[in-house]
Amino acid sequence: MSHAAVLAADVVSRGEAVAFWILGPIALAGAIGMVLSRNAIHSALWLVLTMLSLGGFYFVQQAPFLGAVQIIVYTGAIMILFLFVLMLVGRDYSDSIVETLRGQRVAAILLGIGFAGLVGGLIADATSGVESVGLAESNADGGNVAAIARLLFTDYLLAFELTSALLITAAVGAMILAHIEHESGSRPGQKEQSIARIKGPRPQTLTGPGVFARGNSVAAPALLPDGSVAEDSRATGMKMRQPPAIASGSIDDLDDVTVDSGANRDGVTQ
Amino acid sequence: MTPTYYLVLAAILFTIGAVGVLVRRNAIVVFMCIELMLNSVNLTLVTFARINGTVDGQIMAFFVMVVAAAEVVVGLAIIMSIYRTRRSASVDDANLLKY
Repeated sequence: MSHAAVLAADVVSRGEAVAFWILGPIALAGAIGMVLSRNAIHSALWLVLTMLSLGGFYFVQQAPFLGAVQIIVYTGAIMILFLFVLMLVGRDYSDSIVETLRGQRVAAILLGIGFAGLVGGLIADATSGVESVGLAESNADGGNVAAIARLLFTDYLLAFELTSALLITAAVGAMILAHIEHESGSRPGQKEQSIARIKGPRPQTLTGPGVFARGNSVAAPALLPDGSVAEDSRATGMKMRQPPAIASGSIDDLDDVTVDSGANRDGVTQ
Repeated sequence: MTPTYYLVLAAILFTIGAVGVLVRRNAIVVFMCIELMLNSVNLTLVTFARINGTVDGQIMAFFVMVVAAAEVVVGLAIIMSIYRTRRSASVDDANLLKY
């Protein structure tokens, strides 16, 4: 046991305790904020906070490799993926507050408190007398990365190789799930669109947004020379803001104008 | 202070993630809660690696990260395709396997 006695020098240093008591509340705040915030984007940012503090925990717990991987992979890649999907699905999609099961929320919180007390108490009880060995010896020869690599490429080589199959399957699966199949010929191509446009009633381009208006934002529809709104310039699929007020009338007036832009334009040019 | 503190913190984080899965309705937020649970388990593994004096626990945490990354990719793709067909990312709306 003299060996263990030497290694039992792994007492938690004062610096580590300080780091724990700073990062621990931050991690808890991030987790609670994630569950409580109504906006999904805010949830994602709270979770980033938790993951960063967990990365800090790995660093102070003699696992610098995992700490770096945590920050690069989790906060850098996975959370960005979450944010991408949130933006695709729609930023303003908010959570419904309708309970499909009555009292589910209260029951879940009570269950959570009970579970935390049970698991936390049991873990604390089971490990309180255990003396921490510490990774000073394992990390001695070449550092933490070398120690991990030595095990990963010997004992865990098969599992490591299998993860490559897992990753390629996940990548292919994501491509299949996210891909939309269009039959060729089901949608008009560039040539058909061009022909249809020349043969159609209006060969020229639509009025761009912001022409003659106060702002050049895409949300500001173009104004015709008489000050009315050119309906053609309203972007489809985008909810337009009210056009900026111009000298000749109030916003309500502009909104009430049902513009027959072709007639207006003819009137001006004639 | 002993490494046990980390384990208790990880248990609390896991519980918050589990409660989030039960309480939230947005599928993406539910997914984030699952990520939080995986992360807290990783913290447990790293702490146990330190207590035991071997890096095996760290390698397990490493594999958990790999699997979590693959799971996130596939899960988010499923959520995207559900959203495309149903125009909703709420877990309450997806109560049929097809249509």
